[in-house]
Amino acid sequence: MNDKYNAYLNTTEIPGTGSGILAGIRVSIKDNISTKDIETTCASKILKGYIPPYDAHAVTLLKNAGASIAGKTNMDEFGMGSTTENSAFGPALNPHDTTRVTGGSSGGSAAAVAGGLVSMALGSDTGGSIRCPAAWCGIVGLKPSYGRVSRFGLIAYANSFEQIGPLAANVRDVAKLFSVIAGHDKKDSTSVSKPYDGKVIPDIRGKTIGIPREYFGEGVDRDVAAKVREAITKLEELGAAAVEVSLPSMKYALPAYYVTCTCEASSNLDRFDGVRYGPEPEMNLPWHDAYTKVREAGFGQEVKRRILLGTFALSAGYYGKYYVKAQHARQLIAKDFASALKTCDFLAGPTMPNVAPKIGELTSDPLLMYQADILTVPVNIAGIPAISVPCGTAHGMPVGLQLMGRMFGEESLLNAALAFEEAV
Amino acid sequence: MVKESDVLHIAELADIGISSSELGKFTEQFNAILEYFDILDTLEVTGPLERPLVNIFREDEVTPCISQEDALRNSHNPEDGYIRAPKVV
Amino acid sequence: MADEEYIVVIGLEVHCQLDTSSKLFCGCSADFRADAPNTHVCPVCLGLPGALPVLNKKAIEYALKVAKALNCKIPQEAEFCRKNYFYPDLVKAYQITMGDNPLALGGYIEIEDDAGNPKVVNLTRIHVEEDPGRLIHMGNKERGHYTLVDYNRSGIPLIEMVTEPELCSPKEARRLLNKLRATLEYLDVFDPDKEGSIRVDANISIKGHERVEIKNISSYKGVEKALTFEITRQKNLIRRGGSIARETRHFQEGKGTTTSARSKETATDYRYFPEPDLPVIRVSDWMDNIVLPELPDARRDRFMNQYGIAVNHARTLTGDLHLAEFYELIAPVGSQIAASWIADILIGELNYRDMPLSKIISHAGQFKDLLVLVRDQQITDKAGIDVLRVWLDSLSGTGSPETPGQIVARLGLTRESGESFRGIVEKILTNNPQAIADHKAGKKGALNFIVGQVMKETKGKSDPREIHAMISEILGE
Repeated sequence: MNDKYNAYLNTTEIPGTGSGILAGIRVSIKDNISTKDIETTCASKILKGYIPPYDAHAVTLLKNAGASIAGKTNMDEFGMGSTTENSAFGPALNPHDTTRVTGGSSGGSAAAVAGGLVSMALGSDTGGSIRCPAAWCGIVGLKPSYGRVSRFGLIAYANSFEQIGPLAANVRDVAKLFSVIAGHDKKDSTSVSKPYDGKVIPDIRGKTIGIPREYFGEGVDRDVAAKVREAITKLEELGAAAVEVSLPSMKYALPAYYVTCTCEASSNLDRFDGVRYGPEPEMNLPWHDAYTKVREAGFGQEVKRRILLGTFALSAGYYGKYYVKAQHARQLIAKDFASALKTCDFLAGPTMPNVAPKIGELTSDPLLMYQADILTVPVNIAGIPAISVPCGTAHGMPVGLQLMGRMFGEESLLNAALAFEEAV
Repeated sequence: MVKESDVLHIAELADIGISSSELGKFTEQFNAILEYFDILDTLEVTGPLERPLVNIFREDEVTPCISQEDALRNSHNPEDGYIRAPKVV
Repeated sequence: MADEEYIVVIGLEVHCQLDTSSKLFCGCSADFRADAPNTHVCPVCLGLPGALPVLNKKAIEYALKVAKALNCKIPQEAEFCRKNYFYPDLVKAYQITMGDNPLALGGYIEIEDDAGNPKVVNLTRIHVEEDPGRLIHMGNKERGHYTLVDYNRSGIPLIEMVTEPELCSPKEARRLLNKLRATLEYLDVFDPDKEGSIRVDANISIKGHERVEIKNISSYKGVEKALTFEITRQKNLIRRGGSIARETRHFQEGKGTTTSARSKETATDYRYFPEPDLPVIRVSDWMDNIVLPELPDARRDRFMNQYGIAVNHARTLTGDLHLAEFYELIAPVGSQIAASWIADILIGELNYRDMPLSKIISHAGQFKDLLVLVRDQQITDKAGIDVLRVWLDSLSGTGSPETPGQIVARLGLTRESGESFRGIVEKILTNNPQAIADHKAGKKGALNFIVGQVMKETKGKSDPREIHAMISEILGE
């Protein structure tokens, strides 16, 4: 295939077998999802050459449904980033404008779909990593409820936030792919038994849609906000009622997210020492010295930064100040969402505060990069499902409408997204 | 305020080498990011955390292992079925 | 400072492997000892990227059984944590263990102190964690050093029991370990015969001085040895006016000494935090459904009541589950003779041969036959011991085993009456006039020498009491 968007890290194809519902469909897989006998790198030099001896549960389900596995997609190293520029193997390029980023971290999956290379792809969403590139590349991406899709085989970045989820050009394909991967897996202790039947029908009439004030606050581009307001008006025309709501604890969202995800990441990524997989350490050095060299050479800047931040936040004397506080902040944020979603069927807002930036624009300042996630991370904190659907363009680039639903409410969320998609 | 010596200590804990050029930059970025985290200090810690899931177990049943070949496949110069690692003595 | 002013304070952290069929967080078989390296592994216990732990219910059930037997309290909620540190045996660079919210708190163990009085040693906590893999150090100065790792042990469930610093001597520590081992064995959650199935870290200090931790002692004897060495080392240091450094030391099993660990190993900040891949556990209400078997203390008391045997015998016999069961098989021959022959003779003979009890359990009937021969005075005690030794050697050897009856017949050890030895007695008396003179001069024990000579000459077939009487008669006393 002609990978002009640097969407792929590996273009190995495994033809599908059988007559399942994905028979004849090629599905690309984000490179942090383990594929048996196919190199899986997380876009990191530290996993270059690593061949998993097993398939992630989601990949097993795809194969059982007859899908062809169509390559491993580019991403921010270990999922750490919002643009796919933090790939050790070069950034993915936005098919709408190749001087711009795809968004991230599932940027390769989004570019592959938006560029027409495949119709569906799997991504993973820790703090927006499916929805962000879906929005910036003008496609549909679903972050499932926490626990609805098995994480077994997903190379962990921040365990308590992330989910594997589908990206596709339209809502029906997203629903189809989701129906294959949703359901209980006894190999994942946080997995729940909530399969999805894939029966998606346009349905928005009579629903109440909450518009969180905080989703149109400072930092949200005026043209992006206007496009999303238009989309909400469209939902009202389709028979939904829009009401303003507030999520007062959202001010804690980014700190709580970044504290927790860096803590978890620092621990998750400590296993990359070169012994069982990865670049060979110098065997006759004392182990700390050998590991230090392997890890210095193998990890990129952003990964190092997050490992160090997490190590710091967990270190003696700081655990109570950072990790413990962050968990209580999560609980407050989750409660805000739960109470808003008691009266509302969905919440709606922009997926991203801006359109896709130029390559290099966000990478100089990590804090600026973190702040780009402000509208996506609250959903991961609350554990609820959210979908990004295209709602037009601003500054000539795609804008995503984010619909957020009740815990395990993907059915009605997909139905609402389909109603919107069919109307525009 | 995080000092360069703090960042070096953390890097040592994390077994990550950082160059002297990275050290200054990381220290500066750390301080900016940690300042941004300070809002968590205003939060009152109240009550226990809610637990969506409790008591998830599996039965004590033996399932197949992977082959020794697969276990060693990604390691370097395994010897007699053992995986080679740096020295510890 | 006088020696009695050195007050020793010891606390133990005891790790025992729980005897489950599969590992703690994956289905790999835990029965790995006979197999090739890295053949009992899967993505989970090899720490491959993307693998997730799922908790073995039986490990928690076993640990709760122990907690109940040791009188612990079960908090409402327990939580697995990650203990983060780098070491080649640790596949994920963190050990899944328990931190601030362990499975069980408090509890106690009853032992005897060095004066033989009952003593209660309190427990701090009990928790469950995973075992790391096993390292082999390789190489030499010329070719350089490296390590080889076998991850078969990685993920085996461990229970860690932590005592308060309430032990006062290495012997007390040893007794506590014995008691703990017996209790776990009675509960059927632990196999003490498996190599490396118990490991101990010990904290030791001399009152008024810093505490030293000795890591990873892997035998019962080793604990006593390491602590004894450490007390001497610390006392000598203090006597010479030195100070004890607060540090971690390693026990060198071969040399019986401890050596200081390098500072980088001890300065680790473990960065504990809750394991996000495992939901919390709430199992306090399981305790009501746990039915404990008879435990060592209860069995000891029952043995004293039911069999009328002395406390020392009862304690020894119940200190090991299989020994206690063996005794109960043999006791019908005679509870006293069975107790003294097992506790005073058999155990020593087995230890001497480094022979496990399990080797003779299936031949209990033959041991019974031996005791019947002794009980019915068909052979003398002395001959009985000889028969026992030959019989044990035949069981541990490769040749076809002989029954005690066959051994008695082959060696002609059937007890004969004293009269048939009158000639031998007279001959030995004639050959040892000095002994008789000593005896007549009132030297106690002089006759024992003569009796011993007769026993030797008659290959133990004679009864020493009978011989004694015969000598007195010949000497006209």
